[in-house]
Amino acid sequence: MNEVRSIDLSEPSSWTVAAARRALDRHETSALELARFFLGRSARLEPSVHALLAVTTERALADADAADRRLGAGESGPLLGIPIVLKDIFATRGIATTCASRILEGFVPPYDSDAAERLQRAGAVLIGKANMDEFAMGSSTENSAFGVTHNPWDLARVPGGSSGGSAAAVAAGECLASLGTDTGGSIRLPASYCGISGIKPTYGRVSRFGVVAYASSLDQVGPFAWTVRDLATVLGVVAGHDPRDSTSVPRPVPDYASGLTGDVKGLRIGVPQEYFVKGMAPDVERAVRVTIDQLASLGATVVEVSLPHTEYAVAAYYLIATAEASSNLARYDGVKYGLRREERGGNLLEMYRKTRDGGFGAEVKRRIMLGTYALSAGYYDAYYLKAQKVRTLIRRDFLAAFERCDLIATPTAPTTAFRLGEKTADPLEMYLSDIFTISVNLAGLPGLVVPCGFDAQDLPIGLQLIAPPFGEEVALRAGDAYQGATAWHLRRPRLASAGLGEADGEPRRVNSR
Amino acid sequence: MSDAKSDYGAYEPVIGLEVHAQLLTESKLFCSCSSAFGAAPNAHTCPVCMGMPGVLPVLNRRALEFAVRTALATGCTIPPVARWARKNYFYPDLPKGYQISMYEAPLAVGGVVNVQTPDGAKHVRLTRIHMEEDAGKNIHDAHDDHSLVDLNRAGVPLLEIVSEPDIASSAEAAAYLRNLRAILQYLGVCDGNMEEGSMRCDANVSVRKRGADKLGTRAEIKNMNSFRNVERAIDSEIRRQIALLESGSRVAQETRLWDAERGQTFPMRSKEEANDYRYFPEPDLLPLRVDRTWIEELRAQLPELPEARRARFVAQYGLPAYDAEVLTARRDVADYFEAAVAAHANPKALSNWVMGDILRLVRERKLDEQLVIEKWPVQPADLGALVALIDDQTISGKIAKTVFDEMVETGAAPGTIVERRGLTQLTDDAAIAAAIDGVIAQNASKVEEYRAGKDRLFGFFVGQVMKVTGGKANPQKLNEILRAKLSA
Repeated sequence: MNEVRSIDLSEPSSWTVAAARRALDRHETSALELARFFLGRSARLEPSVHALLAVTTERALADADAADRRLGAGESGPLLGIPIVLKDIFATRGIATTCASRILEGFVPPYDSDAAERLQRAGAVLIGKANMDEFAMGSSTENSAFGVTHNPWDLARVPGGSSGGSAAAVAAGECLASLGTDTGGSIRLPASYCGISGIKPTYGRVSRFGVVAYASSLDQVGPFAWTVRDLATVLGVVAGHDPRDSTSVPRPVPDYASGLTGDVKGLRIGVPQEYFVKGMAPDVERAVRVTIDQLASLGATVVEVSLPHTEYAVAAYYLIATAEASSNLARYDGVKYGLRREERGGNLLEMYRKTRDGGFGAEVKRRIMLGTYALSAGYYDAYYLKAQKVRTLIRRDFLAAFERCDLIATPTAPTTAFRLGEKTADPLEMYLSDIFTISVNLAGLPGLVVPCGFDAQDLPIGLQLIAPPFGEEVALRAGDAYQGATAWHLRRPRLASAGLGEADGEPRRVNSR
Repeated sequence: MSDAKSDYGAYEPVIGLEVHAQLLTESKLFCSCSSAFGAAPNAHTCPVCMGMPGVLPVLNRRALEFAVRTALATGCTIPPVARWARKNYFYPDLPKGYQISMYEAPLAVGGVVNVQTPDGAKHVRLTRIHMEEDAGKNIHDAHDDHSLVDLNRAGVPLLEIVSEPDIASSAEAAAYLRNLRAILQYLGVCDGNMEEGSMRCDANVSVRKRGADKLGTRAEIKNMNSFRNVERAIDSEIRRQIALLESGSRVAQETRLWDAERGQTFPMRSKEEANDYRYFPEPDLLPLRVDRTWIEELRAQLPELPEARRARFVAQYGLPAYDAEVLTARRDVADYFEAAVAAHANPKALSNWVMGDILRLVRERKLDEQLVIEKWPVQPADLGALVALIDDQTISGKIAKTVFDEMVETGAAPGTIVERRGLTQLTDDAAIAAAIDGVIAQNASKVEEYRAGKDRLFGFFVGQVMKVTGGKANPQKLNEILRAKLSA
């Protein structure tokens, strides 16, 4: 097990939930001090990183004050007083929730998402709402209607998407943990690109109530943090059955943190050859292979497995996800809330057209059209239904593989973070960033990402560990054991030292496109 | 109404009905908002039924129970798995931009509703029963330049009950609807009020040459908001289609709206029906696997249904089939009748009172808008007591009408009214004879005329005696004694 020290605000590598927990419980710091510290960092870093769409200063100070009173009364709890960030896809009562879309600009929900509610009850301190690809559609956070987010390791690069803001906020040191959502890789890709840890739990593990829907049968909530131990802590708080979400599973939540034994002896790790494709960056392949060897040296057994239908995953995903999205996004029609564009004397159809034309970005429109087409009379069987059959086959591939192994290890993405603007002109190339993550959503499985190395340009590489349904514990145990034996999760971008007195720590301004 | 065989000549109508029944649950299908009618606009709304971002539907188990009970009462089969589906279209009264319904895998299939026709009982088969949520309401006439939306009704649970095209005339269609409504009301799952829209009906109508195998092209008729309008609309549509075919034209497959004022159906604007609903399974709800044990429990708890009750009324109370039919058409009426019989065992007399005076009152005062027997002005036990007073000759049938009117006005018990107003009839022979003597004495000339053979003057004497006795003379005794005295 990893030794935990108290958080040291002058030492970025100590900025973890566990270290802050220790310091708060020993009254070495206060929730207010932590909140002010991370709010201050946000104020300083946001102009260059733009991880957040809103810094919720007032709310953060109120949360911190409440947490300090609870701490003062001798109370503790996994997230009591911990500064966190929520992707702007989580409905937050009284706080604007935009999904990075013009169509929801100014929308203030009168309800909390289940995850936001659980975090607040646990005493977490909300620092801000994170940038994202509009309606979670994208792999780079460049599809936000409110500006791109920059990768803290290299401000000229993307943080990954769609939860790029949540990942960048942790990586830049603007909070200690954050929540994102993952429909086709939207937690795992940004975790990988930003050199932090992230987990997409089993479909149904965390309630989707109050999470603005992109593709309902694929969307799942999950945390980002530097360490796997911190992921276990946050997941333990947000997971659990919610009667308001019929797809949430009434299954007890294990004590994830106590399952982190640091031991992977006897664990069988499957390696699918389909995930080592041509065109993959050699540095990525090398790092992942080395990591698998390290797991073996820690006592795990490596077995070859096959996931033969992998090549159809991206196609199936872009039919199912867009079909659901085309329906989920129909409610943004200018009638009830959010943007409405109309001309005096115009008719209803014109109002719909103007509102949706002006309110949605190009990628959202593309996916709505794709999904509408896939569901249309005469095409449904050939597209949507066939994609569902592929989905079943992909799930069967995994279940068959898990008869021979306990976890499957793969790269998270074929490359490290690409440059801003590099792929925006070619949606198909952008879609292929998710080639290794999409199958996991189609199969509804948990997928953990841990940093496992850096490429020649000093950009982080992530390893993906896929577990059977509700096998989060196994993945977390392996990831934690790996972090106990390696130091990748302790590296910080230079920008993390910004304002801490180091000369090379000042962030460079990079102009948004 | 029109009898198929005689009216449609060489043509045979083929009709199937789709009925939407609003379920009488307290809350909506997927949220806990009240489903009550008549609240201030948008008073019964929440983020779920307003379609706000990120909210999710949760099935109202009571609505499912009502649906299963309906399926069982109509002899449907409940397949192991039903599936919710989204029906996608844009309209301001549809907050999510889709309606949660069922499509490929409905809740129930098969089943039958029996209908009495001039040729005897007929089984109209049911294709399916499925559940869905209602839409809200657009209000266009409140302002000149914009419309308003009221979402109180959005999310209220509906059953869609689809029949096979087994119906052969507008009269059969109306009979089917009445029987279906009776079943829904007996189950207590729907109040069946077509005028208020808690029961709605669309009809698929086609005609073909009698004896032909192939079905004709059908039109779907909408906007019929009463039993009478269903009958009229279908009849009018059948005649329109026959006239088209007779003139060598073809029937277009289209949706038509019934215009009750003009008494005709008119095509709906094609733009409104050019929808491709892009149905697909609802990912926010799990497939519906109705627990088999629960189904059997609900089956065991089914109430006596209209058909069975009709048969029992004939067997147990010796009522004519017609009476049994009228009395059992509504559960509340049948309950009322049985409560009255329990108070006084004269079923036929009570049947006459219920079918006559009680149902007239109910109609006049529009009491049939609610199935609340307690709100009726005359309690069944009081009606029984009234008939008992007739039967034991305390009052005459004629006086009984007066007493009844006062019961309606004041709600007092009949015995109290009779006593307070001294309405007890004269049964004492001597008293009646004395009254008759007086009348005879005062009308000597009329007596002469009568005795000379002017028989119809008998009624005049009866009237005079009644006038003198304040209507209280026992009519039978009056007749006997008067006849004896006049012929003396």
